[in-house]
Amino acid sequence: MTHIGLNHFLVISSILFCLGIFGIVTRKNAVMVLMGIELILNSANINFIAFARYGNFGFQGQLIALFVIVLAAAEAAIALAIVLNIYKTFSNINVDEIDKLRD
Amino acid sequence: MTEALLIKLAIVILFLPLIGFTVALFFAKKVKKVYLVEIVLIIATFLLSVVLLYSKLVYYPNNNITSEFQWINLGTGPIMGKVTVDLGMFLDNVTVIMMFAVALISMLVHIFSIGYMEGDKRYNRYFAYLGIFTFSMSGIVLTHNVLMMYIFWELVGLSSYLLIGFWYEKKSASDAAKKAFIVNRIGDIGMFTGILILFTTYHTFTFQTVFHQISQGVLPFNSETGLTLMGILLFCGAIGKSAQFPLHVWLPDAMEGPTPVSALIHAATMVAAGVYFVVRMFPLLSGGALFVIAVIGALSAFIPATIALTQNDIKKVLAYSTISQLGYMILALGVGAYKFAFFHLITHAFFKALLFLGSGSVIHAMHHEQDIRNMGGLRKKMPITYATFLIASLAISGVPLFSGFLSKDGILAGTFAFGYITGQWFFAIVGYFVALLTAFYMFRLVILTFHGKPRDQHKYEHAHESSFVMAMPLVVLATLSIFFFYTPNPVNPEAGWFLKWIKTPELVTPQSSRYSFMRSDAKEPASMTEIKSAEAGPEVMYSETYEDALHHAHIPGLILSLLLAGGGILLAFMFYQWKKLDPDKLANKVQPLYKLSFNKWYFDEIYYASFVAGTVGLSKSLAWFDNTIIDGLVNFSATFTRGFSRASGKFDNIVVDGLVNFMAYLSAFIGLIFRRFQTGKVQTYIVLVIFSLVILLLIFKTF
Repeated sequence: MTHIGLNHFLVISSILFCLGIFGIVTRKNAVMVLMGIELILNSANINFIAFARYGNFGFQGQLIALFVIVLAAAEAAIALAIVLNIYKTFSNINVDEIDKLRD
Repeated sequence: MTEALLIKLAIVILFLPLIGFTVALFFAKKVKKVYLVEIVLIIATFLLSVVLLYSKLVYYPNNNITSEFQWINLGTGPIMGKVTVDLGMFLDNVTVIMMFAVALISMLVHIFSIGYMEGDKRYNRYFAYLGIFTFSMSGIVLTHNVLMMYIFWELVGLSSYLLIGFWYEKKSASDAAKKAFIVNRIGDIGMFTGILILFTTYHTFTFQTVFHQISQGVLPFNSETGLTLMGILLFCGAIGKSAQFPLHVWLPDAMEGPTPVSALIHAATMVAAGVYFVVRMFPLLSGGALFVIAVIGALSAFIPATIALTQNDIKKVLAYSTISQLGYMILALGVGAYKFAFFHLITHAFFKALLFLGSGSVIHAMHHEQDIRNMGGLRKKMPITYATFLIASLAISGVPLFSGFLSKDGILAGTFAFGYITGQWFFAIVGYFVALLTAFYMFRLVILTFHGKPRDQHKYEHAHESSFVMAMPLVVLATLSIFFFYTPNPVNPEAGWFLKWIKTPELVTPQSSRYSFMRSDAKEPASMTEIKSAEAGPEVMYSETYEDALHHAHIPGLILSLLLAGGGILLAFMFYQWKKLDPDKLANKVQPLYKLSFNKWYFDEIYYASFVAGTVGLSKSLAWFDNTIIDGLVNFSATFTRGFSRASGKFDNIVVDGLVNFMAYLSAFIGLIFRRFQTGKVQTYIVLVIFSLVILLLIFKTF
């Protein structure tokens, strides 16, 4: 039974980050893309908290993690609103087919 | 009358007709009666010239009045030296008498034209032209330098051109105008060359200064030949203007103009300008130049006189007679009879103007019929015209009691004296023979026109005496053709006042270049004091020998000329009045001579074959040269340029455009590649961002 240290947290957060990226890049559904973003944010949160636990930073890390959670909630709200508008315009939320940015 | 006032008077006389010209020309179309301005001004000119004549002859009979101002000063140049041009006036007795004659005849012709030109559609313009002619002619008369004379010389040429071609709708009139202008140019080239020689030698145009310098021994090209050459070249201008022998062909053609114009310009004044010019420059003419002048004068007196014998156009006869009489004057100058040349110039001006105006009156009455074969018997219909015409004919034939006798006899005596001294009898023989011819052809004209039975009954019926405006000038001129105005003694002009006013000028040419009889006997060159003293005693013209010869020549010359004039008139009556002799038979007998005379010695044909055809041929060859050589060169350079342009166009299209196009294609190609990245899909962008981040991390890794 090994002792669980900072490295384990960092590995977990890295895996989470990569999964988030993978989700963003591969998923067709905009909602799934948003979920990928949430994953990335959470991996960052894990990093903050891990460094807060193992580093000598006081509570600053936890506080920023709290902020990020709040921010994520706000962001999700706005993003979902955007997704709704996209659906209104294009009748779907398939990111592959929405290439208006090219113009 | 001060001298300054006289000069002012002369200036006013000069410019009055110019004002008339300007006004008449500019208002010709708007104001119907504007010609009256011109006529009033010309009458004023005449009255002023009478005042000028009177005051000059009464108050300053022996003074020459000069007034001048500097016109152009170009400073001192490298080749020409000092270049200044003075303009000015010179009044001596010759000037004022000539001015009087010009103004008088001009005024009479103006008045005559009122009747003659009636109903012409360019009536006002006609009077405007007469105005500019009078202005230019006065300029010639009054000027004191040869440059101004040349300017006015060309101006009279211009007005002559305008008036000959006045009825320019007629081809013959416009052709005659051109001929007159061009033939005059030929003489003027010589005159211009002479003026250039004169100016480069003496740096002045003023006659008196030139004379002074010649008397100081300054000669063109430093030789007497140069002086002779200059004199002959200047005389060329007179040959053209006075229609002398080689260039006389324009004057008969000039008769296409209105008849009053022929009277004013082509008989009395302008053609006499050549003689006047020779009179003006007489002191600088060397013996050689005078001899050339005498030969030209003799030929011009003789040839046209023979032509006049057979012509049938009333004006043509008078035209040839004019040339012949001008030849007399030139001949007189050539043999040194200076006074009589000028005397004849004045008397001829009056009676020849009278003859032309009389013929104008006849032509007007006969509805523009000019052929004397269709006239005859007009004596009864036109008594005034007949009487005046007869007086003029008597004058020109040299019958005593008339003016022509005095002057012509003087000229003949001059040639006689010349022959006596030098042994050159040629001039005297020609002079006397021409006197016979003159009397004959003038009376042929008078008889055919006025005597006998009318040959064209229809025209004769309609003929009528001319109105007052046309008859009055005839009477005035006829009065002036009577001896009394020139001398109280009808056989000896020497006693008269006219020759007292005209003095042969002191020659300034070097003694060695003169005729032998013109060498002054005095040891020293003539100075002012000598001239003064000469005035006191009896005048010595050139030398005692000459005076002697002239004196001896007077009586035989007089008798001979009387006989010849009488003989000529008698012959004319025999042929045409009494029909004792048949002119046609005689003509058949001397067929070649008759043909020669009738065809005017073939001068026109010879000139046409030589000069006109030559000029046309030269022009044609020049045209060929232009068309083939010059155009060939131009075309070659054009072709060359075109080829070069084509090559340069190719270079542009292929190399320069190629480069530009290549850059464009390159950009397009790069654009094509980069377009791939711009998918518009968010996910692709994110992938790119992440890849870029990873690459950046790899690049800047510090661990």
